[in-house]
Amino acid sequence: MSRVIDVQGLSVRLGGRLVLRDATLHVGHGELVGLIGPNGAGKTTLLRAALGLLAPAAGRVTIDGRPARPGRAPIGYVPQRHEFAWEFPLSVEHVVMTGRTGALGVLRRPGVEDWRAVDDALERVRIGGLRERPVGQLSGGQRQRVLVARALALQPAALLLDEPFTGLDMPTQDLLSDLFAALAHEGRAVLMTTHDLAAALYTCDRLALLNETVIATGTPTALTADPGAWMRTFGVSERSPLLRMLRAAA
Amino acid sequence: MSPAEFVTDLLNPDLAFLPKALLIAVMSSIVCGVIGCYVVLRGMAFIGDAVAHAVFPGLAVAFVLSGSLVLGGTVAGVVTAILVAVFAQNRRVREDTIIGVFFVAAFALGIVIISRAPGYAGSLQQFLFGSITGIPDRDLYTVAGAGVAILGVLGALHKELVTVSLDRETARAMGLPVFWLDLALYVLVTLAVVISVQTIGNILVLALLVTPAATARLLTDRLGLMMVLAPLIGGLGALAGLYVSWSWDYPTGGTIVLVLTAGFLAAWLLAPRQGRVRAVTRRWTRGARPG
Repeated sequence: MSRVIDVQGLSVRLGGRLVLRDATLHVGHGELVGLIGPNGAGKTTLLRAALGLLAPAAGRVTIDGRPARPGRAPIGYVPQRHEFAWEFPLSVEHVVMTGRTGALGVLRRPGVEDWRAVDDALERVRIGGLRERPVGQLSGGQRQRVLVARALALQPAALLLDEPFTGLDMPTQDLLSDLFAALAHEGRAVLMTTHDLAAALYTCDRLALLNETVIATGTPTALTADPGAWMRTFGVSERSPLLRMLRAAA
Repeated sequence: MSPAEFVTDLLNPDLAFLPKALLIAVMSSIVCGVIGCYVVLRGMAFIGDAVAHAVFPGLAVAFVLSGSLVLGGTVAGVVTAILVAVFAQNRRVREDTIIGVFFVAAFALGIVIISRAPGYAGSLQQFLFGSITGIPDRDLYTVAGAGVAILGVLGALHKELVTVSLDRETARAMGLPVFWLDLALYVLVTLAVVISVQTIGNILVLALLVTPAATARLLTDRLGLMMVLAPLIGGLGALAGLYVSWSWDYPTGGTIVLVLTAGFLAAWLLAPRQGRVRAVTRRWTRGARPG
């Protein structure tokens, strides 16, 4: 499987502190990879490095074989929902169109092709019926789908999702899990950070356990059979509820 | 004074300053109304206030040297905006604190500079609270030209400014130059402030940026409509304010701001969807419904 996102020996310093150390990870076409680790493990930092927003202190990140740089490769980025200004008076379709701003360039207005890409993205996440609704009036799950549609409007080869399940109820999480799996299996490389272990275990093709560095990667089945990797990642004992849940899942 | 008498005064050649003041007030209100939409939606009211104060030393220098007020104000505002942007890179002190430090310093510098000019008290009052007399003809063209330029640049950068306003991290990931777009917006706000200062004054100019846009926001959930309503409200507010001010001999800047504030309160009470009256009526109707 060809590598779309390729992280090799990546170290990143933030404010003088080493947040990521010698992390290695790759995501291929058609793969959904879950990035799992405790708070402060460096999950979002790794996503930001993949977007080219953080310069590596060591190692490298390539997207489709080229060094990661903002705006260079079509990567769809879905930030955490609280980072978005939902009170802005824009309709769903106009928010989704902003996903194409970088590609459009200054002084160019959206054309037929751009609106077609927006239509496709809205249909893909099944919110075509909400296209004229102000985004401020949407529920949490609908908002998450708007952010995914905005990322898809760029027609990206790779999708980076930052904590997409936070604050959502179970039915919405299920719906989004299915959507992310389908988006990956259509050929995109999808990398998702999450604290939701159940969703990650049952949805992702592979998991990467991260705490400052990538401690282990593998299929959910392989990793549930390796409690030591989880104990090193989360610093928990064998008696922790996390390990009991993993044993039940296995 | 009736509206007809006001129109007669506007056409009276002996009162040539009056139509000039009206034109400048309406033009600057329209420009401030449009750019104010970004100020309100991005939560930049404090920055708008800072820029309004920051132009003061430039105005004072231009006044003392008998130079161009627009140029002096713009240079001072832009220099302060750049200083804030640069100093705000240091994460130990928050951006709003940096703004607080620089705008008060800029304003203090303006006061010191203008105190060196003869007739200092009168000039200070004119800058702080605005004046409708003594506007030279060339200022009309300067304000019109600057207004068209501001609106043109805003139109050209609209989708980039909206994208950055929605979510800065994603905008950066797209390759948008977020720092330069922020700076461009600060410069445009500075220019809008400078062209408005003469009639409305340094202290009250923030109202032109914020109040019409805030009123428009209460009336609509559509950005496009908000950007039409805000300049319309600003322009009408300037016209009505000047009329009231001329009729009852009130200070022009203060009267325009009070008219705009009355419009905001009316929208807060009576807005078709979000207004308080509608909310109370809805609650009352629900409460009265049986079962």
